[in-house]
Formats: sequence, C-alpha cells, structure tokens
Amino acid sequence: MAILAAIPILAFAVILQSTVFSRVTLLSGPLDLVVVVLICWTLNQRARDEWAWALIGGAMVGFVSELPALVPIAAYLLVSRLGVYLKRRVWQIPIVALFVTIILGTLIVNLISYGFLSALGTPLPFFDAINLVVLPGMLLNLLAALPVNGLMGEVAGFVFPGETEA
Amino acid sequence: MSRSLRTIVISLIVVGVLALALGGYLAPLTRVFVEPLVEVQAWVSTRYVAIRDFFVAPRDLAALRQENADLEGEVARLQVQVIELQQQNAEIQILSALVDFARQNPAGDYVAASVIGRDPSPFLHYILINRGSDDGIRRGMPVVTSQGLVGRIAAVTAGASRVQLLTDPEMVVNIVLQTADEPAVLRGSLSGEISLDMISPEVNIEAGDLILTSGLGGSYPADLLIGQVSSVRTRSFDLFQTASVQPVVDFDELDIVLIIRNFRPVDISPLVP
Repeated sequence: MAILAAIPILAFAVILQSTVFSRVTLLSGPLDLVVVVLICWTLNQRARDEWAWALIGGAMVGFVSELPALVPIAAYLLVSRLGVYLKRRVWQIPIVALFVTIILGTLIVNLISYGFLSALGTPLPFFDAINLVVLPGMLLNLLAALPVNGLMGEVAGFVFPGETEA
Repeated sequence: MSRSLRTIVISLIVVGVLALALGGYLAPLTRVFVEPLVEVQAWVSTRYVAIRDFFVAPRDLAALRQENADLEGEVARLQVQVIELQQQNAEIQILSALVDFARQNPAGDYVAASVIGRDPSPFLHYILINRGSDDGIRRGMPVVTSQGLVGRIAAVTAGASRVQLLTDPEMVVNIVLQTADEPAVLRGSLSGEISLDMISPEVNIEAGDLILTSGLGGSYPADLLIGQVSSVRTRSFDLFQTASVQPVVDFDELDIVLIIRNFRPVDISPLVP
C-alpha cells in the first residue's frame, strides 16, 4: 500500500517541482520538494518501504532531468538511509531529526549531482555552487519542511489508518 | 325662502368662496387647516411604512442575500473569465510575434511548442516542451523565440523534448560580434548569466554590440540574434578579452518557443582529434 501511495504522491511532487518550484528560486537555489517529501515520509513513525519511495522518486526525477536516473536514485537512497538512521537515533525529538535530515539530505543530493556533473567536465565553480544553489536551496527546504511534514503525517494516517503514531 | 332662491344663494356662496380661494385670499385660512392635516398624514404614512417594512423586510433580506450571493458568483465567474482572456491575450501576442518571426525568416520550417516544465536539477538549465519525435523533432535542432536564440533540443521522446538553454553551464555557442565582425565563444554559467570568451585582444568591442550565431561548427544556423554586449573586461596579461552578455530572450519567462525543424546540426565529433 505504501509503495502504491508513493507513485501518485511522488509523481505529483515531481510535476510541482518541474513546473512551479524550479521557477521559484532564492538566488539560483530552488526548493527541492521531492527530497523534502521523501525525508518527511522516511521520518514518519508509521512509514514503511522508505527505500522504495527513494527508488521511485529517483527514477521519476531521472526521467524528467538531464541527469542520469542513477544519480538521483543513489542520492535519494542515501538520504533515505540517513533518515531511517536518524529516526532510530533521535526518535524522541523528531523535529530535530527532521531539520538535521533536511540539512544533510540537501547537501547529499546536491553534492552528488555536483560531483557527477563536475566529473563529466561541466564547469561548475564549487563556491558558486555552494553560495548560489546549495545554501539557498537548503533554506527553502527547511522552510517547507514543517508544512510538508504535516501533510505527510496525514498521508501516513491515510495509508495506515489503523495505526497510531508512536 | 323658496327652494330655488336657497339654491341660488348657496351657489353664489360656493362660487364666492371658490373665487376667493382661486384669488389667494383664503391662503392663511387654508394653511391653518391643511398643515395639521399634512402633519397627521406624514405621521400615519411613516408608521405605515415602518409597520409594512417590519413584516416585509425579512423576505427582502433573504432575497437580497440570495441576490448578493448570485452577484458574488457572477463577479467570481467574470474574474475567472478576465484572467482567462488576459492569458489568451498574452498567448496571442506571443504567437503573433512568433508568426512575424516565421514570416521574416521564411527559409525555416518552424513548429511551435509550449514550455511545460524545467529540469529539477538546480545545476542544469533545461526546459521541457510539449513537442517530440511525433512532431518531427530531432536532437540538436535549434530552438528560438521571436526575440532570438533559446537553445537546442537535447533529448526527445515521442510527445515531449528537453531543451538545453543558452544559460546552461555546459552550453558553448560559436558567435560573431556584428559590429567588429569577429568570432568568439559564448558560454553559460551556473548563475544563468551568459558571457563571451576567446575574443581577440586586438578587437575593439563596446557595450551594445550585437551578438549573432556564426554558424561555425554546424550546431546552429548563422545570424540568429543572441543578445548584446553589456560590459567588457580587458586585462593586459590575459590572452583574450571577455564580455558579459545581455540576452534578448528572457529565459525566466519562456512560455512558447519555436523549433527550427529543417535545420539538421552537423556532427563534427568524429573530426575532432
């Protein structure tokens, strides 16, 4: 059921990301809605199949983006593992886990993309990438984290109606 | 007194009174009688209206509320219509500009496409359009607007394509400076700015010089407008001059683009050592 729910939710997130949020930027950094949705799902206590969500999200982003699908898939799987790890370690203060995962997750996704493109020879000055893309994008992701987290809590309640959040 | 005499006397009195009234001689007398009557009538009329409103008003209030709701609905519907018409108007203006462009450049076989999205990666500057191989689109075809060059087709599916913009960090275009008639290379950047490189130090370039595609390399047709020089950087120890470019196309506001379908890029990669 969780995997089935992932397809429409992540497809909607990718469409929103491509049509709306990629145009709304702070400096050159946009909000990465797919990463925020993945992290919020992963950190939800009722969530299962986090790896499947990462796989589906990565494949969808890879389909839309010029980046090869393996890059977002690898990045999202790493972020998903990080989220699961932090959920177990700091389960008593989920808000801290949320913000830490958003910060580290944004860094992981952007640095993997940056590393891949740089390895292919795309001229991307490192400090420009950090100042213009990574840090502004991270701030937008942090701003979106709480509302998206609330929404994903509702989704988890809808997907697993009989269970209560720990 | 006989009956007829009495009738005559009464008639004379009535006629006399009427004559006095018409002559205005009875005005003070009538005011004494009429003013209290008017006062009384006004008082009664006011009370009547108040009592009538008391019974009728609730029905009117409900009708007014209904009417208000209907009017609000109508206003909302009209506002939506206005927005739709404004969008259609903007689209028509863009399309008419594109038609003008196609008429001015009749050698090209153009197909129009709507921009339906952007690349989710913040490091890449690509757009998605709603035309693909089913519409005869092939990889490498140039993409333009009525203002000038936008980029080129980077990937194609049956119903959509991905366009690499001039602002992409990996984009390199051979250009020619119109005034100086000198070749140079245009590059995109992470921030979305475009700049000129490889300009010979002997060339005298100034802000405002027009930049056109040169056609060298076979990736783009020649003489497509790109923008104009906004500032020049010349340092004595540099091998080449560099310049910032103000593009003619607003890459943040791309809605509809044209693909030049009859231009096939030349693949020179086998010739590169």
